[in-house]
Amino acid sequence: MPRLPKLPAPPLPAALKAPPARPGEEDGRLGPIEDAKQAGITIVDWVDERTSLSGVGRWLLFRKVPKGTNWFYTLGSATLFAFLSQAVTGVFLAMYYRPDPAGGAYESIRHVTNEVFLGQFVRGMHKWGSSVMVVLVFLHMGRTFLFGAYKYPRELNWVIGVVLLVLTLVMAFTGYLLPFDQRAYWATIVGVNINGTGPLLGPYLSDFLRGGGEFGATTLSRFYSIHMLLVPGLIIALIGAHLYLVTKLGTTAPPWEKAENSADLREAKA
Amino acid sequence: MNQLEKEQYLREYAILKAQGKPFFPYAVAKDAAMACVVLAVIISLSLVLGAELGPKANPTTTTYVPRPEWYFFFLFEMLRVIKPPSLVPLATIGVPTLGLVLLFLLPFFDRGPERRPERRPIAVATFIVVAGAMAFLTYQGANAGSPFAVEMATPARVTQAGGATLAEYTVGKEVVASRGCLACHKLGDNGNAGPGPDLTHIAARLPRQGIARTLVNPTAPMPSFKNLPPKQFAAVVAFLGQLK
Repeated sequence: MPRLPKLPAPPLPAALKAPPARPGEEDGRLGPIEDAKQAGITIVDWVDERTSLSGVGRWLLFRKVPKGTNWFYTLGSATLFAFLSQAVTGVFLAMYYRPDPAGGAYESIRHVTNEVFLGQFVRGMHKWGSSVMVVLVFLHMGRTFLFGAYKYPRELNWVIGVVLLVLTLVMAFTGYLLPFDQRAYWATIVGVNINGTGPLLGPYLSDFLRGGGEFGATTLSRFYSIHMLLVPGLIIALIGAHLYLVTKLGTTAPPWEKAENSADLREAKA
Repeated sequence: MNQLEKEQYLREYAILKAQGKPFFPYAVAKDAAMACVVLAVIISLSLVLGAELGPKANPTTTTYVPRPEWYFFFLFEMLRVIKPPSLVPLATIGVPTLGLVLLFLLPFFDRGPERRPERRPIAVATFIVVAGAMAFLTYQGANAGSPFAVEMATPARVTQAGGATLAEYTVGKEVVASRGCLACHKLGDNGNAGPGPDLTHIAARLPRQGIARTLVNPTAPMPSFKNLPPKQFAAVVAFLGQLK
């Protein structure tokens, strides 16, 4: 049977024509995955156009770490992680805590420990997390010292690190009072008294911590606000500065690592 | 470091850095693994050791142990090592402050270009001595004796006097034991030698009024005992007043 010639298709206006297929497209339509990708790219582009954050991300993530970097170099980030763990568990504890020396503080901690779902677990994580963080801070500092990583050009980062060490110990000291049991109370009295024997600033520091010459009603709320607001804010700001300097200057290479490729060295000299 | 050494270091470092790997994903992977270890340690400590809550804080009654968290033991134990009372401020604040100042200024007085530990004998020796001292003091602090028992013979003259004197002496001894005085004072063979002075023969050095005054208004870091119930306070003074 002879094939009849087809009628020519009527000319369609351009707006109604299907666009030519693009890579990843089937039958002229985007798949759901492609759609999601496009949406994601659009959002990221929108934000990046207004903030230029992608450059910061590249600078932060794709910088090179020197040859020979080993597991000792994870101690700093481990400390940061311990701090984050403290922050998260601390937020949950703060949801229940009442800084009331007349009995509310002790009662709220008793409530968290004995009645709240997973309360003792979270409090345990916060309590032991502080030990872990102090240990990690000292290990990180020991690594920095032994590898000579505090020397030129990283002197300032060492100083910031020492301030962070002191702030960590202040956190440990102020946090110790908050459960307001016998051990916390008396250890803090002795601790504040020890502070008071210091030269020049000692007595003033003690009075500031106690909120007066005596361990009184305001002492607990003072410790609470130092522990919850003042010192964490300082720590976060200084961690930011610490990390900025680490990224800017680069982590040190292990001291025994030598650039062996002398051709590179000559080139760099030239 | 002089200018030449600084430039040499920067050049050497630039080459080592160029030969290194990108932070993401290589260092990030290690850091993430370490973070998992840290989290596992914290969780297992919490599950195994828990978070016990002692009796409620009470300024006037019951027993207490003025002990800090374990990582402050090395500071607290320093008080024990340095005994003479005139040197106590040195121990409590002088040594830690000096240590902290030295720590702050470390990069400014140690300016040598050498970074390999085996070629920095002074730095490494200092590190070992300081770390060893801190470990030793922490160990000492962890093994401090129980502050809650006074076992010592009652003096013959107290036994002979009998009656009210003996009764007050016994009560005083119990109060001293239960108040945790022995955490910082030595009493015969009991208690810890420092930070406070030895109380075994305190009455030979201090009259009763002096003892009472010290209890009310003590030398730091000792807490004040003026909130003790008057009867207990009198008994403590009577007990300590017999220790000649």
